[in-house]
Amino acid sequence: MITLQLNGKTLQVDAAPDTPLLWVLRDHLGLTGTKFGCGVALCGACTVYLDGQPTRACVTPLAGVGARKVTTIEGLDGKVAQAVQAAWDTLQVPQCGYCQSGQVMSATALLGANPRPSDADIDLAMAGNLCRCGTYLRIRAAIHEAARRLEGLS
Amino acid sequence: MSANIHLSRRQFLQAGALLGGGLVLGFRWAPAGAAPAASGFTANAWIAVRPDGRVQLVCPRNEMGQDVHTSLSMLLAEELGVDPRTVEVVQAPADPAYVNGMLGAQITGGSTSVRDSWIKLRQAGAAARTMLVGAAAAMWDVPAAECTVADGQVVHGTRTLAFGALADAAAKQPVPKDVPLKPRAEFRLIGRPLARLDGAAKARGQTVYGIDIQLPGLLHAALLPCPVHGGKVASFDGSAAAKRPGVRKVVSIGEGVAVIADHWWQAQQALAELKVQWDEGAQARLDNAAIYATLERAKEQSGARVKQAGDVEAVFARSKPIEARYTSQMLAHVTMEPQNCTARVGRDGVDVWASNQHPQRAQALAAQAAGVKPERVRIHSQQIGGGFGRRLDTDYVAQAVAIAKAVPGTPVKLIWSREDDVRHDVYRPPALHLLRGSVQDGRVHALAYTLVSPSITNRMFPGVVKDGIDGFMVEGVANLTYGIPNLDLRTVIQEVGVRVGYWRSVSNALNAFAIESFIDELAHAAGADPVAFRAAMLDAQPRQRAVLERAAKEAGWTTKPAPGRAFGVASMECYDTHLALVAEISGDAKRVKLERLTFAVDPGIAVHPDQIVAQLQGGAINGLIDALRSKITFKDGRVEQANFGDFPIPRIGEVPPIAVHLIEGGDKPGGIGETGVPLVAPAIANAVFALTGQRIRSLPLADGGVTFA
Repeated sequence: MITLQLNGKTLQVDAAPDTPLLWVLRDHLGLTGTKFGCGVALCGACTVYLDGQPTRACVTPLAGVGARKVTTIEGLDGKVAQAVQAAWDTLQVPQCGYCQSGQVMSATALLGANPRPSDADIDLAMAGNLCRCGTYLRIRAAIHEAARRLEGLS
Repeated sequence: MSANIHLSRRQFLQAGALLGGGLVLGFRWAPAGAAPAASGFTANAWIAVRPDGRVQLVCPRNEMGQDVHTSLSMLLAEELGVDPRTVEVVQAPADPAYVNGMLGAQITGGSTSVRDSWIKLRQAGAAARTMLVGAAAAMWDVPAAECTVADGQVVHGTRTLAFGALADAAAKQPVPKDVPLKPRAEFRLIGRPLARLDGAAKARGQTVYGIDIQLPGLLHAALLPCPVHGGKVASFDGSAAAKRPGVRKVVSIGEGVAVIADHWWQAQQALAELKVQWDEGAQARLDNAAIYATLERAKEQSGARVKQAGDVEAVFARSKPIEARYTSQMLAHVTMEPQNCTARVGRDGVDVWASNQHPQRAQALAAQAAGVKPERVRIHSQQIGGGFGRRLDTDYVAQAVAIAKAVPGTPVKLIWSREDDVRHDVYRPPALHLLRGSVQDGRVHALAYTLVSPSITNRMFPGVVKDGIDGFMVEGVANLTYGIPNLDLRTVIQEVGVRVGYWRSVSNALNAFAIESFIDELAHAAGADPVAFRAAMLDAQPRQRAVLERAAKEAGWTTKPAPGRAFGVASMECYDTHLALVAEISGDAKRVKLERLTFAVDPGIAVHPDQIVAQLQGGAINGLIDALRSKITFKDGRVEQANFGDFPIPRIGEVPPIAVHLIEGGDKPGGIGETGVPLVAPAIANAVFALTGQRIRSLPLADGGVTFA
């Protein structure tokens, strides 16, 4: 049994220590919002936070998580996340939607660190998140929209 | 909202009563003005109004991002008189009732969903509304003509009755025939903004795709497929794999060896312990040079004539034509959701949970794999994490069923690795394009074109190709818009040993690259402005001419741009939609930056304009996969690429602004989902020529020596 701090709760997981966090989340814990896309950290569909830092769960072994707090799309909360998801709704970003959990996780982390990102900042922060449907233009617009919403709040 | 059902059509007819009554309508509509489909079935639309007020659309098409759940709900709601946001979308099972009238099978593809449903779903809504009004009028004892509907209620003066309260009585009303549909001027939903019904869930990780299915007792499987397509297991030793943690069973399914385990990661890791002797089969030596050499050898065949006018040979005998040879690469689909399927083979039949674009094929393949009749297979179609044509093929369904047979009664989820998704796809066909043309008085006077390529349809739907014509291979040829007095347009079907598949926009992209690049060559040979050159040949195509001129205007088209800048144009009709695209680039012969893509699009009627823009933008980015640098190649029978590292798709920073200008110049909707793809490669290639003087005649364009920033 390995102890995991997940979405504000402490859990015991019965999985081999080398099991990638992605498969622990999806198969062992039934949290399927985090997606399998490539298995080698090239697409970003599996983006979660470890202590708030965006991390690719597909290449993070369970044993490597340690005491760090894991946040998935199911546990994503707070005013930045809400602004991002509201902006996603306003801009009508998703198409197939499969990559969008990872996109929202990366976008929320970006705005948490940089409340007024430029296009270049966005392109850099979101470069690891592929979207096969090609929703990138709306992703960029929605991040700016979320930044405006957050500015209005503060 | 969405849900899934697995009822046969007859069961479904009874379901209304079983579930507590209400109005359930199943309409059989003859396809309007069309010859009966090959299979003999006509399309159906289904709606249910439940006593609790729920309005359900049993959606005959699968949602893969292209917006069918929302746009088809809009069609239904427009006539029914309900808020489309309250429509509960129920995904249709595999059933002849849901055959696509434009394709003759239950297929989501060919940019047909809205076109096929345009009349049917509005008629279904109008008929249901008439019955609900009839029921209310009878209760109130007033003429039906005095009643109106709004937001799920029938209204008469100050009185209202909710649809739910009328559902049982409405079911007893006669089903009306020939209910007149609203004139376009009275549309309240069609053409207006509406949030996607599935959008909020997708932004919150709540949507369930095929890969997310969870069931009690679910086991997981990983597959080691033969590295060569068509090869099979000669012998294997699974004893070491069987000893790995969590492994339940090791089974050969002929085309590969599968490991069934408690968890997918356990199964996947155990694959490394398998010892397999392969019979690699007929394609063991397949390589790219041989594939294109095979196409080259076939180019002298006369093939099938797609379009003919005048006498091109007489023209070319009088004056030597300009000649060119183009090639297109093979491409994988790389849907973000890797192929997967959950199957359970039990005494009560077979259950299949899968993202798919073709439930009937999934049903047929599952039945074959399980050794049962198709009626014994229940297909539970799920939201699709990207289709692009990949999930018309349901090889992964057959595999999952074959694997699940080893553990009867237990559901097993098979998930492919990304590497297998890239290496075991059905690929966009490789193509050779041969062109000859001549210009007279500033116009194309003669054009001869031959596409040499394998036929996807021959593989997937044997018998459908007649007289050498594959209806999907001639897309972008048969519907050439230019008025050219001498034409000889042909296709030559030549198999090359590659398993080929439909890839978003299919042959439109192949043919548009070659034809629209070559038209540009002819324009330059004539010393003409490429936009004006095209427009001059569109006298009989006012809608095509309008989008061409609009795109040029909006893009700021000029043949004399600032130094280091250039424009390229391409134009076509695609799935009943007229499009033109202008690409603006900057840079030099070595390094090119995409500055802007500008579309003008005339889909006739725009049902859901915001999502048309989204599809065009996404389609264009899909077109960048085709245009810039991605390709599939074979060596020693094996695909050389494996993941997003060597089969790249565009990242956010590579995507230029993409403007979409809509014109509604027709009286019915055209196709949308695939139409953003095909013009991207020729528009960029034409811009590269304008910038550098270098004509790149092969895809991907990066192979022509240009680096894209």
